Amino acid sequence: MGEANVDSELEALRAGDEAAFQSLIQRYHGPMFRLAMTYVGDRGVAEDVVQESWLTCLRGLDRFEGRSSLKTWLFGILVNVARSRRRKESRILPFASLWRRDDSDSHRPTVDRSRFGSDGMWSAGPHSWDNVPESKVLGDETIQHVRSAIDALPPKQREVILLRDVAGFDGAEVSALLGISPANERVRLHRARAAVRQQLEDYLK
Amino acid sequence: MNCRQVVELMTDYIEGALSAADRARFEEHIAGCDGCTAYLAQLRMARKIMGKLADEPVPAGVEKELLEAFRSWRSTR
Repeated sequence: MGEANVDSELEALRAGDEAAFQSLIQRYHGPMFRLAMTYVGDRGVAEDVVQESWLTCLRGLDRFEGRSSLKTWLFGILVNVARSRRRKESRILPFASLWRRDDSDSHRPTVDRSRFGSDGMWSAGPHSWDNVPESKVLGDETIQHVRSAIDALPPKQREVILLRDVAGFDGAEVSALLGISPANERVRLHRARAAVRQQLEDYLK
Repeated sequence: MNCRQVVELMTDYIEGALSAADRARFEEHIAGCDGCTAYLAQLRMARKIMGKLADEPVPAGVEKELLEAFRSWRSTR
């Protein structure tokens, strides 16, 4: 989306254009909810977090200076609200230990070593999906497998892959939003995509 | 570079984060390796499929509540 579009969207919202707000909800609510689940792990709490983020966005709309895109600003609000809620919940929920134990920044191999020979070349390489019908590759059941694969990821990988591949941010935006280095962002993204690819391979083979 | 090393560089490659020398060695390997070519295509496909998750419909009740919040915000400014 070009800057002109973003500006006109912001202007429409400030002018009270309900259709502009509805379009924003339809584009971002799903990814925002998924991201909120990464932090709080409970549907009801995640729904609260997303709702509070939208309300914070509305209250701040007149003061928003447009130094980032509307989308970046909105997801930044969500990350803040969700993280602060996680801190509150962490006293009572075992969920927080998922974050403490998460070693997603390590450089462990992402592909099972048994798939390579002693020379490091594939001994059991992946088979191309070129012969799998596109209706299957992009079908609902495949999407369901991908959804479960993402849900099963450690939280630090999940937040990165949701922002990158579901919400459509670029790498620089995601490292800024999460306050992590570009190198860490890539390590987490790589681990996450490798895990999702493996799930797809198991399903599509 | 062998396959085990190449697969771990794939995201850096896609993101344009490899040095020129590593990029050249990576591409040289891929050009002669069906397994790594398939793996790279599959990482890209995984990304494409994940993009479809953004299209999930917003629950009607949620949308209604948010639009009401918008109207009330609009009326109190």
